[in-house]
Amino acid sequence: MAYIEFNNVSVDFPIYNASGRSLKKRLMSVATGGQLGQDPQGRIVVRALEGLTLSFKDGDRVGLLGHNGAGKSTLLRLLSGVYEPSAGTAKVEGIVGSLLDISLGIDHEATGRENIFIRGGLLGMTRGEIAAQLEDIIAFSELGDFVDMPVRTYSTGMHLRLAFAVSTVVRPEILLMDEWLSVGDESFKHKAEARMSDVVQSTNILILASHSRDLIMHTCNRVIWLEHGKVRMDGDVSTVIPAYFGS
Amino acid sequence: MSLSPTMTALRDIAAAARRASLVRMLGWQDVRQRYRRSALGPFWLTISMGVMIGTIGVVFGQIFKTPMREFLPFLAAGMILWSFISSVVMEGCSGFIAAESIIKQLPIPLFVHIMRMVWRNILILLHNIVILPLVFLAVGRSIGPEALLVVPGFLLALLNLTWIALLLGVLCARYRDLPQIVGSALQVVFYLTPIMWMPEHLPQRAGMYLLDLNPVYHMLAVVRSPLLSQMPTALDWYVSVGMAVFGWIAAILLYGRYKRRIAYWL
Repeated sequence: MAYIEFNNVSVDFPIYNASGRSLKKRLMSVATGGQLGQDPQGRIVVRALEGLTLSFKDGDRVGLLGHNGAGKSTLLRLLSGVYEPSAGTAKVEGIVGSLLDISLGIDHEATGRENIFIRGGLLGMTRGEIAAQLEDIIAFSELGDFVDMPVRTYSTGMHLRLAFAVSTVVRPEILLMDEWLSVGDESFKHKAEARMSDVVQSTNILILASHSRDLIMHTCNRVIWLEHGKVRMDGDVSTVIPAYFGS
Repeated sequence: MSLSPTMTALRDIAAAARRASLVRMLGWQDVRQRYRRSALGPFWLTISMGVMIGTIGVVFGQIFKTPMREFLPFLAAGMILWSFISSVVMEGCSGFIAAESIIKQLPIPLFVHIMRMVWRNILILLHNIVILPLVFLAVGRSIGPEALLVVPGFLLALLNLTWIALLLGVLCARYRDLPQIVGSALQVVFYLTPIMWMPEHLPQRAGMYLLDLNPVYHMLAVVRSPLLSQMPTALDWYVSVGMAVFGWIAAILLYGRYKRRIAYWL
């Protein structure tokens, strides 16, 4: 049982090194990004999200649409608990897992095996849990003997396969993703695809930010269109997709 | 969300304590990462520390006309502990800043980053401590039963350093000029505190101000004195315990109040 409830949530970023009104004026006129304003102390703030009231329940497969700077990533970070709202209340019930940056924490000088432990630990697994899954992870990543070599000797593809294999071991109740993860060559892609579907299926709530129409049509049953940090439209796929992409 | 700031801080610290295995792993990885592919690894620190203690010992021992048997163990214990204290304080300033990429991606209790930094420095201290028995052997001094007090003394110092690191970590995330100020302040404290010079070298009156009123001296004394077969004075204990209590209260209040802002400041 997982649910998320947002009540009038806003996120403001204070910009401490942006001084002077001229900068503010210049930034005010740009079309992309959040809204700029000033807080009561006269500091410049970027309002990344404004007055969001949303709720997600079990079974929701939510697609987030919006132009660059519409607030998709900020919303994902808010959901993951990295940011707390500057105003309003956000209630997130359930174990949250994010596949936002699967390479985070990978140390290039350490071996693949050591990195499995580091990455797994960052994702909240205990040493014992990782050790239990270790052989599966190594087998899945198809690294073979390379798993005991430093990661800097890996090709980009191998690096991603390692990160993917560890990161998809966890089964969160609320899954956050920024675009679909797709790694490796043709043969690996199929395996990865199957693993991804498995992860997505076992999660209670999926939140997926994407620019891809097909992906959202395939995966989601609800779409939220963000614009300038506000919800422009929130509804099922058949209503929002044509409105956003134009039919 | 509606939790009181104190609860927020205590919860985060408790959650971080439950992630102890992650802390150990990351701290250990930091040490290894720094010295990977070097044959001696962290023992390079030990060597440079040893050389420095030897040099300062010979020169200042002559200047102060203090017998090596007294001066060298005092200097070695002081320098090793000071390098631990100053790096915990200095790296405390960048505790959250350095972990920016993790903080912005994963909702790991923030106190984990402070614990990781402290753990990393304990590991380095354990490498440096090797010098101490060598020095004791070289000057032919033995260790007394008082040495057992080093355990509570060190834990107390650790407790004090951790709140300082937490407090500075929060403040430095917001005010980026602070690490420079802290760096200069540490330099001053180093000369004001008897590390390179001994309390006996001071005239009576100056000693009162430089020793009794210097909290760092007391914090250092509860660890160093037992190693040198002396009992820390009651004042040393009082000041250290008092600092730990009030320091932690201040740190928890500040941390609880501003913890949610840290991710925004980075």
